[in-house]
Amino acid sequence: MTARRVAVTGIGVFSACGKDTAGFWESLREGRSAIGPLDGFAGFRITTGAQIRDVAVEAHFSPKELDLYDRFTQYGLIAAREAVRNASVEWTQELRTMGGVVTGSCLGGKPTEDASFRQLYAAGNPRVPPMTIPKIMANAAASAITMEFGLTGPSFTFSTACSSASHAIAHAFWMVRQGMLEVAIAGGSEAPFSAGHLRAWEALRVVAPDTCRPFSRDRKGMALGEGAAMLVLEPMDHARSRGALILGEVVGAGMSADAHHITQPSPEGAARAMMLAMRDAGIGAGQIGYINAHGTGTTVNDVTESKAIRSLFGSHTGSLLVSSTKSMHGHALGAAGALEAAATVMALRDGVVPPTANHLGPDPNCDLDVCPNSARACAAEYALSNSFAFGGLNAVLAFRKA
Amino acid sequence: MQEDITPRVIRVIAATQHIPAETISAASSFEELKIDSLDGINIVFALENEFDVNIPDDDLKAIRGVPEVVEGITKLLRQKAEQAG
Repeated sequence: MTARRVAVTGIGVFSACGKDTAGFWESLREGRSAIGPLDGFAGFRITTGAQIRDVAVEAHFSPKELDLYDRFTQYGLIAAREAVRNASVEWTQELRTMGGVVTGSCLGGKPTEDASFRQLYAAGNPRVPPMTIPKIMANAAASAITMEFGLTGPSFTFSTACSSASHAIAHAFWMVRQGMLEVAIAGGSEAPFSAGHLRAWEALRVVAPDTCRPFSRDRKGMALGEGAAMLVLEPMDHARSRGALILGEVVGAGMSADAHHITQPSPEGAARAMMLAMRDAGIGAGQIGYINAHGTGTTVNDVTESKAIRSLFGSHTGSLLVSSTKSMHGHALGAAGALEAAATVMALRDGVVPPTANHLGPDPNCDLDVCPNSARACAAEYALSNSFAFGGLNAVLAFRKA
Repeated sequence: MQEDITPRVIRVIAATQHIPAETISAASSFEELKIDSLDGINIVFALENEFDVNIPDDDLKAIRGVPEVVEGITKLLRQKAEQAG
């Protein structure tokens, strides 16, 4: 069959930058970083991160749902509800049968795991709460979303560290394109702020003591972030025929493995994923106007990603706008690719590239136009969103302006 | 002894299910309280903590409602007292 075009008709975001898509996008356009002092982790070496302030999840869930859902599932559900609402999906039984959920999560329910096992290891209580397993499983958010909307089509979860959500959106896109799904809710959610997990990041020594300054001189590392973003994907023809507001189009996805190092990225693997995303979309490097970079703010990532972009785009690199929105919403690990996909769709739609915030000045090893500190007008038709995971598993999405 | 146990069991079920204790009686069945198997597992966990007993898997099959819970807890507490004594 002929491959179908795939529209983005809904976006939902729950993040430190904003608790809905409008708030998130406004923060990003204005370059407002949500990275700040961490609440609840006094005495930790990691002192900053992008936490969602005044989460107030009680407003979104019944007490029984709160018992059943880890924070990462709650975030995912909140984002999915907004995305579906914005898409004004008209559910029929047939659509629900052909509807699926594909999510990304690096960590699963770490806050629950931490709390449950603290009872065991610290308090010596062998009785671990019985909801621990269903709350911590990485697919808990995907499952909860299928139940919320009664979707019975193929649904699953990717756990590929920082690329999880991009792998998820890529597969949902391919399934809609191929006719395996008529509607997909795809994205990622993550809740990385729990004591054990934060200590583990401390030990890795990649988290900045101040803030996240991607591609900047004097950058000191990444900042963790929490939250979720979900996209509603459906066939373009169907979206048009029902008069849906089309926010953007997913046109391609590319993936690669570095097969190189468990934490060090390789420019070849990153470049290959970008190249494959463009090939999948049937577009050339010269058509890309914006790249939402992986841009973690670590010394190594940003240099490697700059090299990869320059090697692939050659002389076109000078006309590319690149930015890392992780400087504002933090690195939300398994949700990162979804937050950045949302930012990329909105950037194309509004013709505005969100900046790389907290930028102090150029690093000669990152010779890209990274839109330091203020948003930039951009007439790009196509954009890429990069995700390069620890373990060298890369996923890149290609989007087109609606 | 059973007189003391019943209100505690009801309190545990009410807290776990997020329902008012007044809606539960000493004769309530799980079915009428709309307690499914997953809820049941949560209640068992909360009861083990409340009474500091270990409820064996085999005992779970017999539980249909508050009466069986109270009966089971009473038996386990008696066994515990005998072992201690």
